[in-house]
Amino acid sequence: MNPQTAATAAYIVAALLVVMSLAGLSKHETARAGVVYGIAGIAIALVATVVLVAQSITAGAIGLLIGGFVIGGAIGLWRARVVEMTGMPELIALLHSFVGLAAVLVGWNGYLEVEAVGPAQTEVAPNMLGIHSVEVGIGVFIGAVTFTGSIVAFGKLSGRMKSRPLSLPGKNVLNLGALVAFAGLTVAFTISPSIGVIIALTAVALALGWHLVASIGGGDMPVVVSMLNSYSGWAAAASGFLLDNTLLIVTGALVGSSGAYLSYIMCQAMNRSFIAVIAGGFGVESGTTSDVEGEHHEVQADEVAEMLRQATSVIITPGYGMAVAQAQYPVADLTSKLRDKGVEVRFGIHPVAGRLPGHMNVLLAEAKVPYDIVLEMDEINDDFPETSVVLVIGANDTVNPAAEEDPSSPIAGMPVLRVWEAENVVVFKRSMAVGYAGVQNPLFFKEATSMIFGDAKQRVEDIISAL
Amino acid sequence: MRIGVPRETRDRETRVAATPASVTGLQKLGWSVTVEAGAGERSSIPDEAYTEAGAELGDPWGADVVFAVNTPRSEDLSRLQEGATLVCRVAPAQNEELVADLAGRGITVLATDAVPRISRAQSLDVLSSMANIAGYRAVVEAANHFGRFFTGQITAAGKVPPAKVLVAGAGVAGLAAIGAASSLGAVVRATDPRPEVADQVGSLGGEYLEVVVEGEEAEKSSDGYAKATSEAYDRRAAEIYSEQAADVDIIITTALIPGKPAPRLLTADDVAAMKPGSVIVDMAAGSGGNVEGSQPDEVVVTDNRVTILGETDLATKLPTQASQLYGQNLVNLMKLLTPEKDGELVLDLEDTVQRGMTVAHDGEVMWPPPPVEVSAAPAASEAKEPEPEPEPKEPRSPAWRYGAIAVGLALLFVATAFAPAELAVNLTVFVLAVVIGYYVIGKVHHALHTPLMSVTNAISGVVIVGALVQFGKHSLVVSILAGIAIVLASINIVGGFAVTRRMLSMFTTDPKAAAR
Repeated sequence: MNPQTAATAAYIVAALLVVMSLAGLSKHETARAGVVYGIAGIAIALVATVVLVAQSITAGAIGLLIGGFVIGGAIGLWRARVVEMTGMPELIALLHSFVGLAAVLVGWNGYLEVEAVGPAQTEVAPNMLGIHSVEVGIGVFIGAVTFTGSIVAFGKLSGRMKSRPLSLPGKNVLNLGALVAFAGLTVAFTISPSIGVIIALTAVALALGWHLVASIGGGDMPVVVSMLNSYSGWAAAASGFLLDNTLLIVTGALVGSSGAYLSYIMCQAMNRSFIAVIAGGFGVESGTTSDVEGEHHEVQADEVAEMLRQATSVIITPGYGMAVAQAQYPVADLTSKLRDKGVEVRFGIHPVAGRLPGHMNVLLAEAKVPYDIVLEMDEINDDFPETSVVLVIGANDTVNPAAEEDPSSPIAGMPVLRVWEAENVVVFKRSMAVGYAGVQNPLFFKEATSMIFGDAKQRVEDIISAL
Repeated sequence: MRIGVPRETRDRETRVAATPASVTGLQKLGWSVTVEAGAGERSSIPDEAYTEAGAELGDPWGADVVFAVNTPRSEDLSRLQEGATLVCRVAPAQNEELVADLAGRGITVLATDAVPRISRAQSLDVLSSMANIAGYRAVVEAANHFGRFFTGQITAAGKVPPAKVLVAGAGVAGLAAIGAASSLGAVVRATDPRPEVADQVGSLGGEYLEVVVEGEEAEKSSDGYAKATSEAYDRRAAEIYSEQAADVDIIITTALIPGKPAPRLLTADDVAAMKPGSVIVDMAAGSGGNVEGSQPDEVVVTDNRVTILGETDLATKLPTQASQLYGQNLVNLMKLLTPEKDGELVLDLEDTVQRGMTVAHDGEVMWPPPPVEVSAAPAASEAKEPEPEPEPKEPRSPAWRYGAIAVGLALLFVATAFAPAELAVNLTVFVLAVVIGYYVIGKVHHALHTPLMSVTNAISGVVIVGALVQFGKHSLVVSILAGIAIVLASINIVGGFAVTRRMLSMFTTDPKAAAR
């Protein structure tokens, strides 16, 4: 055994632990064990790598390495501690951008270590040089796309950027053009590596990542975040090819393919084409947004309380608005009050409610809503006709009947929660503005629908006190 | 403008096209209503009830719009005004001559039984509401001729087993029958060629009997109903019917194919195998019958004392209910046709629902309508935006699938074969890891999507390994860049794992969850 074989062995162990971690995360019972496996896997990988590089660098450099890790780790830990559960999507998007940027830096270093040094370099066998150049190109490209894509996603999710999809003329041509340019630049770089080419390649990739995500509307962010997650995995895998590092290839490919599969599941839930998502700019079918007009009917908290008192069965369909207003605690409180009165209360969660897959489940779990009454759309959608009251809290597009009724609607064909079949629907909303997808919602003008305006948290608390 | 509601003239017809409630609804839309005296008599609606609701009694044929249940007699049709609109059942697919005749009269005819089957039009779908009634009534008819309880009971005088009911066809009528029979306490089973109805059957308390044909199952579920059933399928289905006939007490058949004779589901042998006292309700008797030996509108008792009820239009046996639902369907139709609520009829032939129902207009035969576009985007926006939102995907044939796999593998083969050996090893590892990543996720619980994502995010921070390897070996620039990468990736690793743990701990501190 020498340090090199020891490191290889450690990498195999680490890769297996990562596989076990992902497998564990798919069930509640094994989820926590899954995280432990993941931590162990990455820790083993890190220690093995540090021991390996310790052979060839000075003690001071090792100190710097560990120092860098401690600084980064502390920042990460701090962010993870203080983040609000409602801010989770932004945090994850931001973290993806870090992986992307790190992959870009690793790619650049690959160039600086090898191609920039010229024939004197000793890192790569001469016959592999061309392949190395291609790998640098691919690694930098994927990393940069992930980086700017995640930054834009972060901006949209945190409200720093407008959530409306950007619609540049000929955006498909732009995307395709960027890919062609990438291929051309990679070839050019392979033939004669130069700093100018790699800068141009990075710039093209950064622009492409920015454009891909900017073209996607805020309402489709759950899929985008999941897709970026996948990209960050591919970026790591590309770095692995570059450095000839098996562990990076394995973990990167695992994350990439599992993330892609997760995005695929979500696309199916939204009736979107997977290809269209990867290509960016779906959700901007410039369909005619039919103007729904009519009168809505406004109610006050005490009337809603009265309605709930009469009810036998209540379904709550939360959306991102509940997260924004931090209303999950009063909602949980309301739920337990109603259940004590013998009212059947359940939650209907649309697959893309919120800004992350499973976002609502996390929030409701945080507020200690028992998870056996939190049901998926398919489980609950047939029960609406027998429901006395539906409380729509901060959801809009996921309960929009236009998806089923209006073939010209931009969200046509997307499965939605059929809340309008219930006896009464109460919609909690700030104002009559349109939802994230920019589509008017005919639900608000239905006869059985009442609107209650204002901050969802405040209104729910009013209802609790009126009960 | 005015709506006229005549008394129905057909022999067994008991329904009427408007009720006091629907008259009120029509008036809200700006219409005045004239009802023929005695129109509601057989639905137990006295004339006074109409007048109280605001309708006038009088001659309905002079009105601008005439509501009827069945197509009126020829002499009544000639009393219609030029340009009037007639709303009634036509069955245009079966009655081409009638449609031509109607068109020749220069009237507009909307067929209430030609509503396109799309969700938006459900509120005016007469076929659904009538089928619902018929399904319920079929159970009542069967109970009437059946000499035992439906529900099982344990009484002082002994134990009574529950009746077993088989419902063939789980459409609207079949589902209504399943619901009615199971709420009476019977054990209900149902058959249907579309496996996707299994959940609906289950939700009403029935048990779905799937026709399983070896080697054919996978295709069936992707194609659904569209394909004609195969020979092997039919053979297996017939076996199921024979098995069930010997076991159950009551069979209700609802299988109809629009515009074609009803499929034969039970043979004379199946009927002969049933227990004495059993009852069969053949709801398709009017179009040839699902059961051998059934006679339209007659009660047949076989040699082995099985009663076969040949039903043609069961909805007429629940006249009050049927009139109410029919009337409401028509109110919903008029909501569509009077968008301004001013009693002015506006027929929009661009609208799929209205176009689908229109069988005659301006002297022209309008049947059949163009096929319904279910979810396609309008053509105008497609021209601009050809790529997104493709048509509902056609299921891909196995040949296509195998072909795609073969091409993919061939490409991989070529790529690896021409790559240097070092790269080939990496490619192998990469490809296998991709496959593992796909399978390991399996069926993720929906609630765990977010934790899964944050853990994979932490794991993708493993890119740090790359930066570690590059650090401190070459130029200062390389080390600085690697240093930045190390800091960024370590934020990711630690932050990702920490946040996942935080989330998962919330899931488990939930007291009810822990108890599960």
